[in-house]
Amino acid sequence: MEQGVRERFDVIVVGAGPAGTAAAYRLAQQRVKVLVIERGMAPGAKNMMGGRIYTHSLETLIPDFRERAPLERQVRKERISIGAGGDMTTIEYATNNVAPDEESYVVLRAKFDKWLAEEAEKQGALIISNVQVTELITEGSGKERRVIGVRCHDDEVYANMVIIAEGANTVLLEEAGLTGPTPPHSMAVGVKEVYTLKPEVINDRLGLNDKEGMAWLTLGDMTDGILGGGFIYTNEGSLSVGMVVGLEDIGKANRSIDDMLGAFTSHPSIAPLLKNAQLKEHSAHLVPEGGYMSMPKLGGKGYLVVGDAARMCMNLGYTIRGMDLAIQSGICAAEAINVGLRDSNMDAVSKLYEKEIKNSWLGKDLKLYKHMPQFLADTPGIFQTYPAFVNDLMRDVFMVNGKGAEPLMKKMMRRAKSVGLSTLIRDAWKGVRSL
Amino acid sequence: MELLVCIKQVPDTSEIKLDPETNNLIRTGLPSIVNPFDMHALEAALTVKDQHPGSRVTVITMGPPQAEEALRHCLSLGADQAWLITDRAFGGADTLATSYTIAEAIRHVERLINKPFDMIFCGKQAIDGDTAQVGPQIAEELGMAQATYVCELSVHKDTGKVIVKREHEHGYEVMEAPLPLLVTATTDLNEPRMPGLWHSIEAKRYEIGHITLQDIPTIDQSRIGLGGSPTRVRKVYQPPLRSKVEMLSSVEEGIQKILELANIDNGQDYAGIEQGSAPNASTVEQEGGNN
Repeated sequence: MEQGVRERFDVIVVGAGPAGTAAAYRLAQQRVKVLVIERGMAPGAKNMMGGRIYTHSLETLIPDFRERAPLERQVRKERISIGAGGDMTTIEYATNNVAPDEESYVVLRAKFDKWLAEEAEKQGALIISNVQVTELITEGSGKERRVIGVRCHDDEVYANMVIIAEGANTVLLEEAGLTGPTPPHSMAVGVKEVYTLKPEVINDRLGLNDKEGMAWLTLGDMTDGILGGGFIYTNEGSLSVGMVVGLEDIGKANRSIDDMLGAFTSHPSIAPLLKNAQLKEHSAHLVPEGGYMSMPKLGGKGYLVVGDAARMCMNLGYTIRGMDLAIQSGICAAEAINVGLRDSNMDAVSKLYEKEIKNSWLGKDLKLYKHMPQFLADTPGIFQTYPAFVNDLMRDVFMVNGKGAEPLMKKMMRRAKSVGLSTLIRDAWKGVRSL
Repeated sequence: MELLVCIKQVPDTSEIKLDPETNNLIRTGLPSIVNPFDMHALEAALTVKDQHPGSRVTVITMGPPQAEEALRHCLSLGADQAWLITDRAFGGADTLATSYTIAEAIRHVERLINKPFDMIFCGKQAIDGDTAQVGPQIAEELGMAQATYVCELSVHKDTGKVIVKREHEHGYEVMEAPLPLLVTATTDLNEPRMPGLWHSIEAKRYEIGHITLQDIPTIDQSRIGLGGSPTRVRKVYQPPLRSKVEMLSSVEEGIQKILELANIDNGQDYAGIEQGSAPNASTVEQEGGNN
């Protein structure tokens, strides 16, 4: 295999996560010559998330994904819990009425991302794993600076456009000076454990039918008052249990995040669910939490930024989204590049992409909730005082002793005063407005 | 120079588990890798190629069709050609039948490229069978000189000589060997390189040639596969656990412990407390499997 004149590609995608792979899929579908470079042993090998994908954007890419994708369970039950000490207050919502475009599924990334990459390969994308992109190659300076290719140690490869889908840790963008350093307040760290259990046992313990799944989010003192929370997602024959904790204050925590997770899995309301389950996996990953306000420039001459690298994640506390945004951003990037290739005007592509993002639901959703990350960060009560307040209220409602009853309103007011009535109202108002 | 590397796809034994009841290997879900010692053999061949421009590295393995994955990995590191010896008739072979089959396939490849191999590189052993037999047996079968457990290597093409340093239990041996030569590599020989982008692209597109029974009509069919394998595995068992390892947190604690033990059991054997003993390794009483 002697190497003569090196071939060029129309597009190079850095990273075979859902954003990069979706872009490659759509590009290859339209006969664009695309190379994807992934540093993991296989696509998905280095990726991790809690577990849920809202599949509306996947459906626009692969309409028959339900028959083909490795989906664990369809989410039909949602739980939100507020924990304080050994107490936990839980809201559960169950539905049998989910419209096709509202569906969401629990997936395991090692399987799902690999599948999506294989689908992109079937469309004609060239996907190379186990090779790390070490540098973006640029030429020119100032406003005329342009990304013209990538370097993988000693090897160089060139293309008309580079899609940067490097994920949450934006090393390449930062080293090339295309984005600033990532502020810690916009990032969180997630840790996750996967416990195997028989599917029937999962069904019995959570009241699920076959193939039905649950997404269970918790917040409260399990994160030592730091921004974050716990999660549980049902896979077919296992449970994904984990925590996400804001990076900025992690140094001030009394416990390590692993200890927090240990306390969470042995919490009296969680431990029975995991009884006799076998721990199979332990993983950790960075999570962009800053939302709209933390998004970098989405592209420039010769490059576009998609997915986690572009901070396209949303955490509203009760809904966490990332993969659907990633796939949509990949599709938008591909559409913009297609237009650029058609009109032989690649310099218009980054503006076009930004416009695609802004005008689609992606940009609108991100913008709508742009104040949420700040609200969560500025309202520490959510993770300590309020969980205790809520559980105390529940105690007042449900506990009966022989010492004589008190009017419920009086009890509630006493609890509210302990938090500070005006603070409570102000935080509630701010919270509602940021939604 | 024509350089050949013999590799084997093996289950990643760092993640191996035995069924506690049957003592059989649980193979489901076990990732496959290229035998780690073979990676050093490949690196040695690639280094010789780098030092002798115009050389060519060919990789060969015997196994089921999915062993192509292992060959592709070698191509992504810079090997030029790859061959898969695959046929149901070759299945179930022990080391003797395996090395005979591989030697016959090597002769077949030499006929195809119309050149003999100057050097053949093997790993010193495979991590699944640990026999260290196939490399030397291939050399015997081909009537070629061999140097096993090589930890240093320098090839002098002009004089047709190779200087190797061999690893022993109690030291080293430096010797001079003629070309053509088969070497088996230890981990000290080199540090395997990482896959390159262009090599990975070429590996992805490469069409791996298969060598089947039909391709080697002159092969002695009584010497291949299960029928050609004199090895019989009598019993596979898990050695009994030795005494437990105790992890101590400080030197002081260690001293305390030693004094305690010395006082209680004067003069007993403490081999069992040794750290790093491998209580889960399985032992095969009579060697089986290929390499």
